[in-house]
Amino acid sequence: MQNAVSFQHVSRHFGAVRAVDDVSLDIAEGEFFAMLGPSGSGKTTCLRLIAGFEQPTSGHIEIFGTTAEGLPPYRRNVNTVFQDYALFPHMTVGENVAYGLMIRGVARAEREAQAIEALKMVKLDGFQTRRPSQLSGGQRQRVALARALVNKPRVLLLDEPLGALDLKLREQMQDELKALQKQLGITFIFVTHDQGEALSMANRVAIFNEGKIVQAGAPSDVYERPRSRFVADFVGSANVLTPDFNARHGGEKTWASLRPEKIRLALPKEKLPTGWTSATGLVTSVSYQGAVTRIVITSEGNRIAAMVPARDLTTSEGDTLTFAWPRSAAVAMEDA
Amino acid sequence: MTAAVARPGSDFFFRRPGLLTLIFLLPPLLWIGIVYLGSLFALLLQSFYSLDEFSGLVLHEFTLSTYGHLLEYSNFAILLRTVLMAAAVTIASAILAFPIAYYAARYARGWSKALFYLAVMMPLWSSYLVKVYAWKLILAKEGIVTWVANQLYLGWLLDAVLALPTVGGPSLSISYIGTFIVFVYIWLPYMILPTQAALERVPKTLIEASADLGATPGQTFRTVILPLALPGIVAGSIFTFSLTLGDYIIPQIIGNSRPFIGSTVYALQGTAGDIPLAAAFTVVPIVIMGIYLVVARRMGAFDAL
Amino acid sequence: MHSEHRAGIPLTLAAIGGLLFLHIPLMLIILYAFTTEEKSFQFPPPGYTTRWLSVAWYERPDIWQPLYLSFKVALIATAIALVFGTLAAAGLSRAKFFGKESISLLFILPIALPGIITGIALRSAFDIMGLPFSTWTIVLGHATFCIVVVYNNAVARFRRISGSMVEASMDLGADGFQTFRHVILPQIGSALLAGGMLAFALSFDEVIVTTFTAGTGVASKTLPIWMLDELIRPRQRPVTNVVAIFVMAVTFIPIVCAYYLTKDGEHTGGAGK
Repeated sequence: MQNAVSFQHVSRHFGAVRAVDDVSLDIAEGEFFAMLGPSGSGKTTCLRLIAGFEQPTSGHIEIFGTTAEGLPPYRRNVNTVFQDYALFPHMTVGENVAYGLMIRGVARAEREAQAIEALKMVKLDGFQTRRPSQLSGGQRQRVALARALVNKPRVLLLDEPLGALDLKLREQMQDELKALQKQLGITFIFVTHDQGEALSMANRVAIFNEGKIVQAGAPSDVYERPRSRFVADFVGSANVLTPDFNARHGGEKTWASLRPEKIRLALPKEKLPTGWTSATGLVTSVSYQGAVTRIVITSEGNRIAAMVPARDLTTSEGDTLTFAWPRSAAVAMEDA
Repeated sequence: MTAAVARPGSDFFFRRPGLLTLIFLLPPLLWIGIVYLGSLFALLLQSFYSLDEFSGLVLHEFTLSTYGHLLEYSNFAILLRTVLMAAAVTIASAILAFPIAYYAARYARGWSKALFYLAVMMPLWSSYLVKVYAWKLILAKEGIVTWVANQLYLGWLLDAVLALPTVGGPSLSISYIGTFIVFVYIWLPYMILPTQAALERVPKTLIEASADLGATPGQTFRTVILPLALPGIVAGSIFTFSLTLGDYIIPQIIGNSRPFIGSTVYALQGTAGDIPLAAAFTVVPIVIMGIYLVVARRMGAFDAL
Repeated sequence: MHSEHRAGIPLTLAAIGGLLFLHIPLMLIILYAFTTEEKSFQFPPPGYTTRWLSVAWYERPDIWQPLYLSFKVALIATAIALVFGTLAAAGLSRAKFFGKESISLLFILPIALPGIITGIALRSAFDIMGLPFSTWTIVLGHATFCIVVVYNNAVARFRRISGSMVEASMDLGADGFQTFRHVILPQIGSALLAGGMLAFALSFDEVIVTTFTAGTGVASKTLPIWMLDELIRPRQRPVTNVVAIFVMAVTFIPIVCAYYLTKDGEHTGGAGK
């Protein structure tokens, strides 16, 4: 299959700042691809390089096999949903959505029909005569989406598309975006700093730090087997075990990650199943979170969080506690 | 593809964004640079020439003697008089402007806000000469102030004010007080608008926070509102100060005909033909305003312009 | 406690007093256009008449030439200012280079320094270059500060067009020209119109710079210069008032329009003349 987007040793420097630093990346056609990372990690710059708002300092970018360097945004079959939506305030919703078609010279009747169709797709039919200022945040987001999709781009770029929405709306939009992507079969590339969003929506995730991709792979892969302390910490706040601690509990003498939900509380002197290991520590905090309770235990200088079902809870702050986990759940990783 | 419609010229500028910026900036920069700054430099250059007192011709030789003339008693008095007037006018404008600006920023809403705004803009933009002329009507000996004072049996007070040394005179329209009042009147809107703009930017929560922390309204005013309004007041004072420094029409129509910088420059370049001294005189407001602008910029007044 | 939505009585009185101070003189101008006394400023006027309206219209042909010249100068200066002021604002809104601050300072200099300096500087430059006084020397002076007014209005609006809006347009296939036509121009249009109107009002009323850049002949007399002459050497005082009312009307209408055109955004022309 052809690559939708391909980066070969791409760098983008702003003066002394290496916003994107030697990134190589292939995104396949039809993928729902997430770029995840803290702010300033280079993910948005990567998106802007694909859109054409930025040009690489060095390296080579291809979009569907065509060289993209030097190509202005209006010569790329790529459309963007902006973080602040960037709707044109002087146009109606319908005119906003039809803008790309108007520029392309599509006849008025035809582009209005297509705009209505696109608005239907994002469940905003009947809104075409309103002004963007009369819409809620969620509705503006949908207009921005329709405005991009109506042009039938081969790649849709989404820059923190759900960042400004409240929690409930965000979950709803996540589902809708996923369904839409499946239905249209377009390559979606989206940038986010929310790991939950990235893991639940994308087929594949690239994690950015300081201008570089530190790990890329399927969400479960990245989540279960973080390759570095940064990834372990950033993707779902896994516990990081020191090499000494890991070695004492049946692992290699390397840094390792351990997901909080893999830990269970053990009864004293309980016989553990084969392949399991245990440690003892002091409970420093207990916080109730509905279905689960989060317990933080200090053990041999490691601060370890555990998620346990609420009904199992018999412990409180200051208790000494034994906890256990399958040895295989402690995943070795690089020191970084 | 969209590419079919896009023009090649657009691509050219897309790859060279700096060039387009330059093309935009060049014509206005040339205009301001050549027409305005060029003339200004030509003028400054002349201040280093001198006037031959016998022939009345300008000597095109570099000299600082023209600047020396500035320090002569009569000329120095003109500078001092103008600067003092500008300072007095600025202070009075700030005091008069504040309540209007404060009311408009904090209490006026909807139509009353529009009304306040227009009420300030109207006098700001109405004809300058018309306004000066109006004051001639008001301040003249047979004018309104005299009439009102007599109606209120306060004629004695007006006479007492006019009898004051230096600032008084035969009538208000022929005294420093008259000149001062008209200056304040004409430049007041320039003080109101930036002060109001600065006050608009003071969030209400700050005032509430101050009250919450135990400050009385007076303390809140002194410690929160006033410091935050200051950049606006300074921005306004740039105009009141600068405009007073350079005006030559108001003292000519209302006042005791003692010269200010503006009227001196006007007379020197016109009838006297002493361009070098006129140029030297204009250097004073330029230097004063230069210093003023630097200080104002430090105080953040430019954001309030 | 200080009530939140009501102003205290002293503040209200001070604000109203200030506004009265600003407006009473303007009302008096109107009143004195109808006085029967034509030599002094006697108050209250001894009687009222509408005679001066017809006198101004029929018996004072010396008003018409300055009126025509003022309109002409204001129109040309405004047209120049619209082009140059917009270019300056557009250029500076795009600029990222060092020194941007100094350039923006340069563009407000003509209004930050007293008008007399602009006037005498231009005059001595004309002298040096041997340029004869004409309508164009007046226009040259007026356009210089009108550029600043248009620039001030436009630059505030450019600031409100977010960079992502331009990017969105390009992203949707529009090149630079199309983006300017469909996205930028409609959004700055009202600010330009407002700036243009203020520039017109300003030029129409300008006297300080004009006294230096206009010659001494009758043909180079703008309306404000005519008024200045009338103030210093009055003939029929109330006629001056009639003309003053006309000037107020001519400048007032664009100001109200400018206000409504820009009222959703920043204030207009705070840095006026």
